[in-house]
Amino acid sequence: MGEFKVHRVRFFDYMPSAIRAMAFNSRTERLAVARADGAVEIFNFSDNYYQEKVIPGRDGRAVEALCWVGQRLFSAGLNGEITEYDLENLKPQYVIEAYGGPIWTISCNNQGTHLAVSCEDGTVKLFEILKEKIQFQRNLDRQKSRIISLSWHPSGAQIAAGMMDMIRIFDTETGRATHRLLVERGVGASKSREVVVWSIAFLSNNTIVSGDSAGKVQIWDGLMGTLVRTHLVTKWDVLALAVSQDESSLIAGTSEGTIVQFQFLSSTVDRQDRDHEWVRTRTFKNHSHDVKALALTDTAVVSGGMDTQLVVHPLLDKVEKNTQEAAQRKIAFPHRSLVGCAKKAGLLLFQFPDHLELWRLGESDGNDHICCSALSPCGGWLVYSTVSSVRLYKLQHNNNISVNKVRPQQRIIQLRSVHQLCFSADSSKLFASSSQSSVVVVALNQLECKYLQTLRHKSGHSCPTAVAIHPTTNNLISVHADQQIFEFSLQQKEYTEWSRKLQKQGLHGLWLKRDTPVTSVGFNPKNPTHIILNDTFMFCIIDQSLPLPESSTILYNQMTLRSLPAPERTRQSHAFKICKNFQHVLSMSLLDDLSLVVVERPLLDVMAQLPPPVRQKKFAT
Amino acid sequence: MSAGKQQGQRSEVKVNAGDNMVEHGDIRVVHRGGSKIDFRQPVITNDSRFLLCASGECVKVFSTSTEECIHDLQGHTDLVTGVLLRPSNHLQVYSCSIDGTVRLWDFTDGILIKTYVIGCPVYSIYASANHEGVIFIVVPMLGDKRSELFQLVAVHLPQSGDQLVESRELSAVLSNVSSNPADIAFGRGGEYIASAKGLQLKVFFFKKQKSYEFSLKEDNKKGGLNTFTCVACHPKDDCIATGHGDGKIRLWRNFNHKKEYTYSTLHWHHNAVSSLCFTPEGTNLLSGGVESVLVQWRYNQESQRDFLPRLGAAITHIAVSPDGALFCTSHSDNKITIIQSCVKVSAVIQGLVKGESVQTDLIVDPRSKALVLNGKPGHLQFYSLQRDKLLYNLDIVQQEYIHELGLEQFEVVKAAFDASGTWLATVEERKQKSAELEVNLKLWAFDEQTQSFVLNTTISAPHEARITAMCFRQATDSQTTMLVSTSKDGHFKAWQLATPAHTEGPSWSCDFVGTYHGLVPECCCFSADSSLLAVSFQEVVTVWSPTSWELLTTLSQPPGAIRDLCFGRLSCSKYLLGTTAKNLLCCWNLLTCSLEWSTSMDISLLLADPLSENMAAFCCQAGCTDLFVFKPSEPRPLFSHKAVCSGTVTRAVFAPREKMLDSCEENSQWLNRSQLHFLTQYMDLMTFTTKAEDDRLMASSKQLVIDDSVAMTPFYLLLGKHRHQQQENQDPMSSLSAERTPLPQSSVAIKELLQTPAHVLPSTSFLCSMFVQSLLISVTDLRSSKVELSQRHESVTSGVKLILHSTRRTYQNMVVVVGWFGAALLPQDLDDLSYLIELCILLYIRKSSWRISTISS
Repeated sequence: MGEFKVHRVRFFDYMPSAIRAMAFNSRTERLAVARADGAVEIFNFSDNYYQEKVIPGRDGRAVEALCWVGQRLFSAGLNGEITEYDLENLKPQYVIEAYGGPIWTISCNNQGTHLAVSCEDGTVKLFEILKEKIQFQRNLDRQKSRIISLSWHPSGAQIAAGMMDMIRIFDTETGRATHRLLVERGVGASKSREVVVWSIAFLSNNTIVSGDSAGKVQIWDGLMGTLVRTHLVTKWDVLALAVSQDESSLIAGTSEGTIVQFQFLSSTVDRQDRDHEWVRTRTFKNHSHDVKALALTDTAVVSGGMDTQLVVHPLLDKVEKNTQEAAQRKIAFPHRSLVGCAKKAGLLLFQFPDHLELWRLGESDGNDHICCSALSPCGGWLVYSTVSSVRLYKLQHNNNISVNKVRPQQRIIQLRSVHQLCFSADSSKLFASSSQSSVVVVALNQLECKYLQTLRHKSGHSCPTAVAIHPTTNNLISVHADQQIFEFSLQQKEYTEWSRKLQKQGLHGLWLKRDTPVTSVGFNPKNPTHIILNDTFMFCIIDQSLPLPESSTILYNQMTLRSLPAPERTRQSHAFKICKNFQHVLSMSLLDDLSLVVVERPLLDVMAQLPPPVRQKKFAT
Repeated sequence: MSAGKQQGQRSEVKVNAGDNMVEHGDIRVVHRGGSKIDFRQPVITNDSRFLLCASGECVKVFSTSTEECIHDLQGHTDLVTGVLLRPSNHLQVYSCSIDGTVRLWDFTDGILIKTYVIGCPVYSIYASANHEGVIFIVVPMLGDKRSELFQLVAVHLPQSGDQLVESRELSAVLSNVSSNPADIAFGRGGEYIASAKGLQLKVFFFKKQKSYEFSLKEDNKKGGLNTFTCVACHPKDDCIATGHGDGKIRLWRNFNHKKEYTYSTLHWHHNAVSSLCFTPEGTNLLSGGVESVLVQWRYNQESQRDFLPRLGAAITHIAVSPDGALFCTSHSDNKITIIQSCVKVSAVIQGLVKGESVQTDLIVDPRSKALVLNGKPGHLQFYSLQRDKLLYNLDIVQQEYIHELGLEQFEVVKAAFDASGTWLATVEERKQKSAELEVNLKLWAFDEQTQSFVLNTTISAPHEARITAMCFRQATDSQTTMLVSTSKDGHFKAWQLATPAHTEGPSWSCDFVGTYHGLVPECCCFSADSSLLAVSFQEVVTVWSPTSWELLTTLSQPPGAIRDLCFGRLSCSKYLLGTTAKNLLCCWNLLTCSLEWSTSMDISLLLADPLSENMAAFCCQAGCTDLFVFKPSEPRPLFSHKAVCSGTVTRAVFAPREKMLDSCEENSQWLNRSQLHFLTQYMDLMTFTTKAEDDRLMASSKQLVIDDSVAMTPFYLLLGKHRHQQQENQDPMSSLSAERTPLPQSSVAIKELLQTPAHVLPSTSFLCSMFVQSLLISVTDLRSSKVELSQRHESVTSGVKLILHSTRRTYQNMVVVVGWFGAALLPQDLDDLSYLIELCILLYIRKSSWRISTISS
């Protein structure tokens, strides 16, 4: 397969942002994740947990809570605003001020008619959900302290609100507070500190579950307003709660990074109808830091927090063993490339939320975060886009690099929001994917614009994660979230022979089991039969001239091949040549001089930049 | 002595050994004294007064308050492997044994009620109140008794009046279970049974006849072992607690689902959890392991736990009394601790402490006749084999023992008593990797006042290398006490008690240093009259005169270094016996200084009975040990026993008997004066017993024991007062012997009543008439105290009514008629009497509270 000179780049100190909130839409199987920098990401759980959409954040917009209403996504934050997102164009659709100070949480009733937000000033505000917008309806009884958490009773008639030192139950019809449940403070030194009810859940059998800063998960009788049981879960805070749809299971996330599961079980096995009780069962430890956001799907515990990773932990009693679903996933890096590479000039462009680095090049101004960027192969041009604008720069690099901002052309100004940017191989043209599925081509010398053919896949297919056109054969290679690979001949307008063969034979089981999507597709300029793919944990050269691997052959056979004699080696080699020497790869590109640029971001470096976790006594230390 | 003669004698020995094979039938190898009491989980009786535990071939009944062993339930002929209260009668107990029987006992009186013959070794026993007439036992898988596979079977106990019942009808419940009793437990109300083995938990539901299996992975990511170590079931909820190899406890719920089962994990122990137990109401879970800490978890509030630390040694079993007031823990150092409500250790029952190995020989303390050997680290233990009780521990090292793995600490390696038991010599040593060997020789004098040994002299570095052997001279009156020690450094030293001028008391100092051609001395031995000292230097035995330190003679029978050296006793004192590493047993005649006879045997241990001429040789052959007992003067062995145990025996002792046996059978005569005890490779202390001895023990256990420690029942309060008054009126003689004096002839019926076990008594109506009849006769003597008694009658009648009210519910099982009331009555009160007797018969009280003494008054 040949040898490459490798530039192993580790100075891209990309730092993912902490996960702040999460909302799971069980109907569409989409998970919305809000990060501390205000970015909102949508993951498609039915499509191999692929990160489908990213709405970049904005300075000063910290999302505190997310809420799905049907297909619509709302968020609220400490800036006191409620935002609805335009999920087509990946930007906020409108923003409404709630006039109650910072908003701690937002919650929608089961019927999908009303949104409730809890405010710093002690009010719970109800908004009516209308088509295209929401409208303020009323305030519930104002309380003396801020309201941290909210939960609707499934009937919609009551709301439980967690606040400092207590829980209130409101009647939504009258707006009156009907019950006051006092939450005990922690013992010892924390006795003088107010206890914060971080999270609350109101179940259909009128049970209220609360998680608080004293480390307790408490079960309350919502009808009588009495405490049923206290589970001391941690010495620190219980930050998040999530309840399964059938209300038989409940999870609580703590500051220690643990997730504790409770199950609603009968005390005896034969009398299933009576004597049910919430019993603490499993404990998951997948995080090193605070677990701030939780979701409980039918099959898995989804969690995220300060350590920036999204973890999908399958519940083994709900999934079949040894399936794709039964494997735990940790999503640490975005499913798109944040690195641009000028293949001819050998320059690297790193994309951060608020600036670009080309050996510390160009700071973005304005408050919007960068959503995409590109570097031309010759290294002469640099372009990036935010939610509101696209900027183009000309680079001159003799020995020193200088950046000249190109005055925005008329056409470029029209491109208000761009999701993908790309330069042509000869650096003469810039391609930009814009809203309404159009691609704008900008010639960098004289302006020119035309719509190209919109490429649509057969409906129902998995989302492509990386696409590239072969420079010589003009075949389109696409790799999908379900790890399938297609080759489409643009000339014949059909799948190529190789692609059909691959589909007929099927991909190797181990290949399909990988849990990170392929983020880039490249080609070997010297050998047109080579397709170069990479994901976070491996890089692969597919040699189209070699036979495809059977399901019984060893997929990762590079090491064994090396030890075999030459004739045997040719007999055993197959099309997929996989190299796992690199870990946590953000980008990989093959330069024209056949040297390989690998941008790695070791997770340990990310961990080192996180604040220290809460102190825990560890046995034998 | 010619070689031909030796040959002939050797063959003779062999022939005789063959002959004796059949004869030793009435001498058995048994566990008696010093057996493990931590082998199986102990049982606390319903009233929390007794603790029952399997110990060797018997079940011991201890008092929970006094720690005393009240009696042994003897009858099994092999290791007892389980003790279980009979669910339908809390005054009876089942025990099971390797001998293939399950026995039912009345433990208060120590009577064997029934023997169920199963026919194959039983390893553990379970029962539940919901399965009446059925017990569940673990036996080897059918077909091969030697296999490592076990099954749980149900045995229907036939209803039969006979004492010996064959019950060989076994129906399999679960196959491939663990033979460890802690791995199986009955669930709530006996509805299901949970069994764990390896990495699998099986739950079998009796009603549905369905079993569920749950498997764990071999180890988790951090390398913790997931193997199951023990199981306990919650008594009220459907919750199974399992202990694991990595110290985790899992609480399983919803286990009637193949997939939706769930468990929560508790983790405090850092090493394997060895025992789990729920309290009777299920409010707490107790766990224990090698940490020697009893942990109490609040059920459903598992973050709250209580600890009882410093229990001394690893916990092996935990048991709770049925009323939940007492906990008891068994420990790996053969100890049972009784704990009151998880806070206070109220009693400690200590058995013979057995570590991994015994460094010192087994020695008998001449004064207390106690067995002396290594006990707690750095201690010598004095264990009375007659009473089967630890007397005390003597701290030899007198340094704090640090419980840390891999730390080299001082260990007692040698100990020796002089003939009168006034002096004790001990050797302790510590070998650190990078340091020189540290050896201390300590001499202890017996202090009459404190009745214990007091350190007299410490000699640090008595030799330059390890001490190989040590012995006292059997001092006669004229001689001073002398100790001889031999060492790897090539010297043997004689130590003598001397009184230096400037010190307070006499202390020990070196008297003589001897060598022989630079060879290493291995064994030393004084002759019976102390006139000769034999020291073996590899192949050579040197004989010295301890008075002049003159080398008298050398004896040698190469090849092979001398392993053991022994002088004959009494009439055989002219003989010196030695065993060599090259499988030779030699007998030298010291008068002729020549070899008397020799025979080829691989003898691992040779020892002489101090009270007779007999010598015992443990001979290792084909992985088993054979025993030969012989007199040096006669080449024909007195007794031989093939395969007394597997492995080699390196420690044994002749312990003198308290009372001589008078057996006249030839092959059991050698057991008359002393008893031979030996340690097997698994550290089991075994001994030999004759048939006559067995019979005597059985007979004594059948005698009715009336427990005189009476529980403080309302009945006792009432009666005790009266009896006290009455005893004051009586002369001291009769009141003292009142308890045990034979009853007057007239009350044969009562006597019969008393001596019949409660469970075989006839019906109450029958008893009543018989009883009244007997009373009528006995009362005639009582006319003189008529007035006093009629007053008493009133109080008794009201008292009975009161007691009837208060005790009927508590003691429901034993129908007992109380004699006292009858005795207090007069014939003219016959109407009242019959009324009262009826009341009494209704009254269900404990048999142990009977008082019959007053009748005789």
